[in-house]
Amino acid sequence: MDLKDLYRDVILDHNRQPRNFGALAHSDAHAEGHNPLCGDRLTVWLRFEGDRIADIRFEGKGCAISTASASLMTEAVKGRDKAAIKELYDRIHVLLTEPHAAADASLGKLAALGGVSEFPARVKCATLCWHTLNAALEHSADAVSTEE
Amino acid sequence: MATSLAAPPGNFDAERVRRDFPILEQQVNGRPLVYLDNAASGQRPLAVLRAVEHYETHTHANVHRGVHALSQAATDAFEGARERARRFINARSTREIVFVRGTTEGINLVAQSFGRPRLGRGDEILISALEHHANIVPWQMVCEQTGCTLKVAPINRRGEVELEALFELLNSRTRLVAVAHVSNALGTVVPVERIVQAAHSCGALVLLDGAQAVAHSPIDVRALGCDFYAFSGHKLYGPTGIGVLYGREELLEEMPPWQGGGEMIRTVSFERTTYNDLPWKFEAGTPNISGAVGLAAAMDYLESLGLEALAAHEQRLLAQATAALERLPGIEIIGTAAHKAAVLSFTMRGCHPHDLGTVLDSQGVAIRTGHHCAMPVMTFFDIPATARASFGCYNTEADVAALVAALEKAREVFG
Ligand SMILES: Cc1ncc(COP(=O)(O)O)c(C=O)c1O
Repeated sequence: MDLKDLYRDVILDHNRQPRNFGALAHSDAHAEGHNPLCGDRLTVWLRFEGDRIADIRFEGKGCAISTASASLMTEAVKGRDKAAIKELYDRIHVLLTEPHAAADASLGKLAALGGVSEFPARVKCATLCWHTLNAALEHSADAVSTEE
Repeated sequence: MATSLAAPPGNFDAERVRRDFPILEQQVNGRPLVYLDNAASGQRPLAVLRAVEHYETHTHANVHRGVHALSQAATDAFEGARERARRFINARSTREIVFVRGTTEGINLVAQSFGRPRLGRGDEILISALEHHANIVPWQMVCEQTGCTLKVAPINRRGEVELEALFELLNSRTRLVAVAHVSNALGTVVPVERIVQAAHSCGALVLLDGAQAVAHSPIDVRALGCDFYAFSGHKLYGPTGIGVLYGREELLEEMPPWQGGGEMIRTVSFERTTYNDLPWKFEAGTPNISGAVGLAAAMDYLESLGLEALAAHEQRLLAQATAALERLPGIEIIGTAAHKAAVLSFTMRGCHPHDLGTVLDSQGVAIRTGHHCAMPVMTFFDIPATARASFGCYNTEADVAALVAALEKAREVFG
């Protein structure tokens, strides 16, 4: 168990200075996530251009893993469409839950979360933002489809 | 519990006590284990493990049911444990000692058997804002079932129950006051004697949640004057799955059974069932016999250490740890009551309690992080969680030093 593997510099940096942090005015969808076990809470806001996420922001209180994971997620999904996000999430899930999963170069900075798999108690911290994003996408499904 | 601060220094040999606890000999994450999660559950001394093993290898059979030798011996062991528990809390009679799974079950028993049949619209149950969920939710359930109302006495920024406010909430509609003897989230020792007095003068009964109190100082339910007292074996170095509900005999006598089955009956026919005497009326089904045996051994063990000397030892550790944490930059201690048990809840600026827990674990230091089953307490202090170190009989100054070093490590990681 190596602390440095969990708290990599990228994680600490995104924890200290989360990117895309704060409410998004004029959002098309949002969702709130809550992990009652540890008290982590976060809100994710989305703005779409067609099927693509044009902007995403989040706000919340949580541990370093949950904050950094959300921050990294916002950077990673901006500009992507729903299908690409779904595919990304599947790969993140493998990264977070399978120790020694082969490094996946396509994950970019998200790969910094690779240490989480050695700390099973912390996996939920890292996935909270993704579940919240999924919920926001689902909420938006109706709104988006009625517009089309 | 008022004894704790005034207790004489005594010469308590925690190093020797450690040797009674084999589990402490291990390494965790490559470091010697420093176990500071005693408020969640204590470890078991050899005396308890051996008592349980001896029961399992020599004595076990079902109780109260057979004429054969083992059944007799098991019954003697089980009822002997009841007498041991009676002495431990100085109850009048073993009829007042109901074996339950733990504090949670004890409180639920009172809620359902005492509360449900006799409470109704207009009646009030009074608790405090520092309660464990186990002393909140069972009352909410009774309120839902009967239409009675739950009142909550506030706490102050130190984490003490506001007594004046509590007294103001007491009135002729108050039927039961249910409060913790010691808070698990903050360590506050609640002045329960004064609460008992005030409640009784209003005609209300009092249940004390003793989960956090029993392992830290002698308990005398008659001196406390309470009507019910609930505690768990595993918090006093006994097994899990066993605990005690003490209730005054006159009250238990009037209360209906809360579960039906074997053990709790005298005669059964399809037309009519008559119930067993106290305390078996409340013990439906085969009980946790080996658990009771282990609990009795834990009580013997604790008393052999000397509860007064142990309290003084824990208070010394608490004072040391408090002073050390106050010197660390960015640490805020949550719960600064004048009277505290050896529980130290805190936060560190820039480092979420969850991250703190992981860093400390990597250093072999086991603490609890989270809301400690006291979400309203977290809401009151406007924090999602705390880190909590809690001390027990085998903790030493070296453990305090390891905690401090691990916190410095966390500061290093989180800058
Ligand atoms: C104050 C308090 N009350 C009740 C409980 C519940 O005890 P148990 O889980 O053993 O039933 C606890 C244990 O965490 C506690 O600390």
